[in-house]
Amino acid sequence: MEEKKLAIIATKGTLDWAYPPFILASTAAALGYETQIFFTFYGLQLVRKDLGSLKVSPIGNPGMPMKMPFGPKWFKDINWNIPNILQCAIPGYESVATALMKQTIANNGVATIPELRELCQEADVKFLACQMTVELFGFEHSDFIDGIDYVGAATFFEFAGDSDICLFI
Amino acid sequence: MNFDKELDARGLNCPLPILRSKKTLNEMTSGQVLKIIATDPGSVKDFAAFAKQTGNELLSSAEAGGEYTFFIKKK
Repeated sequence: MEEKKLAIIATKGTLDWAYPPFILASTAAALGYETQIFFTFYGLQLVRKDLGSLKVSPIGNPGMPMKMPFGPKWFKDINWNIPNILQCAIPGYESVATALMKQTIANNGVATIPELRELCQEADVKFLACQMTVELFGFEHSDFIDGIDYVGAATFFEFAGDSDICLFI
Repeated sequence: MNFDKELDARGLNCPLPILRSKKTLNEMTSGQVLKIIATDPGSVKDFAAFAKQTGNELLSSAEAGGEYTFFIKKK
């Protein structure tokens, strides 16, 4: 049986949206898929050496539950519906939300992004970065982890065109 | 059931039980059996799907007291 192929385009640069590409890529690799991720635009944040800058933004995201990862059950069950206008006005709001999300992730036995990224690399998931957006955003290749190919859209299509599954995330 | 290796995946959530199992299977030889204990309820269907897609045989899948135990024979 010929090896199946999964091609992913990762375009988001927030902590929450870092999960789908790395979870799907690492799982596909474990199932025997040959897998490539093309990081472009804000997705470039996911291949930076320092992942500490990844944050989550609850602002303008009504789908995001705002629950506390600590305290008694009744307290954890409260959904804090904080109006957008306040979220925008409170300094450090995103940093606090990010810290709370990281705690929730740890409480639930969910892998961290650095861990998932490493698992992808160990499983030979190939990382491609869009050279055009690297330049557009003023990044240097030294900002990113080793083992990345810097390419254009045409190179991605060489793999994606033969893929069984292609996802835009 | 006899097994050659055991993996404790308790407390881990998707996709870690599958990824750790795959990693452990890589270190084993064909015909050996891996026992996995997990607490993720999604792992029941996930291990069946993993076995089906990778060709490793799922010998048994059982639940007791919120823990799921799987035996997988390496292809």
